[in-house]
Amino acid sequence: MYLGARLSGFGGQGVVSAGVLLAYAGMLDNKNVSFFPAYGAEMRGGTANCSVVVSDEQVASPVVTAPDVAIVFNEPSFAKFEPLVKKGGVLIINTSLVNSKSTRKDIKIIEVPLNQMADKLGNSKVLNMIALGALSKVTNAVSKESLSEAIPKVYKKLKPELIELNRKAVLEGYNYIN
Amino acid sequence: MKVLMKGNEALCEGAIRAGCRFFAGYPITPQNEVPEYMSWRLPEVGGHFVQAESEVAAINMIFGAASTGVRSMGSSSSPGISLKQEGISYCAGADIPFLIANVMRGGPGLGNIAGAQGDYFQSTRGGGHGDYKLFVMAPQGVQDMIDFPTHCYEIAYKYRVPAMILADGIIGQMMESIEMKTPEIDPKNLKEPDWALGINNTGRPKRRVTSYDLREGMLEKMVLERVKRYRELEKEVLWEEKMTEDAEIILVAYGTSARVSATAVKMAREKGIKAGLFRPITLSPFPKKRLFELASKTKDFMAVEMSLGQMVEDLRLSINGKANVHLHAKPGGSLIAPEEVFDSIIKVTKEGVKDYATIK
Repeated sequence: MYLGARLSGFGGQGVVSAGVLLAYAGMLDNKNVSFFPAYGAEMRGGTANCSVVVSDEQVASPVVTAPDVAIVFNEPSFAKFEPLVKKGGVLIINTSLVNSKSTRKDIKIIEVPLNQMADKLGNSKVLNMIALGALSKVTNAVSKESLSEAIPKVYKKLKPELIELNRKAVLEGYNYIN
Repeated sequence: MKVLMKGNEALCEGAIRAGCRFFAGYPITPQNEVPEYMSWRLPEVGGHFVQAESEVAAINMIFGAASTGVRSMGSSSSPGISLKQEGISYCAGADIPFLIANVMRGGPGLGNIAGAQGDYFQSTRGGGHGDYKLFVMAPQGVQDMIDFPTHCYEIAYKYRVPAMILADGIIGQMMESIEMKTPEIDPKNLKEPDWALGINNTGRPKRRVTSYDLREGMLEKMVLERVKRYRELEKEVLWEEKMTEDAEIILVAYGTSARVSATAVKMAREKGIKAGLFRPITLSPFPKKRLFELASKTKDFMAVEMSLGQMVEDLRLSINGKANVHLHAKPGGSLIAPEEVFDSIIKVTKEGVKDYATIK
């Protein structure tokens, strides 16, 4: 089993921190994992993206150029990563902020209104957790249980009620996918 | 128990486990997590961290601290390492062991902040002025980043040479799951070396740490004494081989390039091409003898590196004309794709291209 993922969005949408959580959950599932941030000369409000690999075998390159799954949190990320998704791969689109429609027939398109769903849960910041829940259901690369377990390990300073909220958000995303 | 750690942070934790208690540095991408981590972690273990005013100041602070016998460390990235060369040469000339990490970025000049391997010559040929060598290890992942400092200090103190960990931006920035396997060394249990200036130095003959002797013929004597240790250091060479026994072509690569090459070797094997991988773990000393041995049964070798073709020269010196040496090079801070390396393997093994060299 090998999954190369690319997560991309605005700085502040929790793209990089979701990448770390995904890698941590993979580690809990006893997989080999790597996380690699794009560390360009970006500023606050600019774009952020990262690569995550979850694999049964040792990870060769931590930089995912042709992702098996890409999550695009905003319009510029859609433009950048929609064409790069591997044939037969998955593109998860945050329809709250992305208006463009993919015309690709060779990949699976998953549309999730991440911002609206997060707002409904009472905290707009948990949109990244909803996205990971959806990824877990679509790809089976990491279990929702491991994502849930990883939350307090990765976000060490999180208050108990926020840990619960983040876990709820993961489930919300998971259950959104049929 | 496995932990998820960033390469730069693992390097720091590895150094602290190895007994490092002094760090001085100056920020530069992509190694900024090193001083950041050291700034809070060293005080926790009773060590000292200094954010210096410049790279030059930092290396000279390390020269001072290491002279007392305290396990000391510095780190930077390519342009910053260039600035430190004078200090590194002084430490080498004074036989002061310490650990320095170079998390390489694209060059020359200010270059870019992506991972690269363009500082191979600088690291393995001394780097600064004068006749000297460093002990250089090349990690290929986060596990190596936490494991190597222990070995580096051991060798550095045994032979009284500065040790370098030559990583690249990708290894520094990536996170992987790793295990903390190296023993935790309490510096209090380390014996003070007989050359160290120490902290409490009353009641013993005075010691002197210096890189110069102006008396006629004395510098030559100093250098020749050091050369004996360099010769001994040759036996500390380390490497790793994968599927080289029956290989018709052996890729030679270190660091991130070795990871990419491992995938290319796998792709080639799946197509029935007998490819193998040779990964130098120490770059100085370089595994010359073993490569020469392998050249008696393997006809083609190919250096794979994220630079214009630097390590390939050591490969040629090792093979010494006994086999063909090819090159797959990628400069400018760009990552090599396994597919590109696979194409180069095809060029050599199927199309029989002689003296194949691709720089892209």
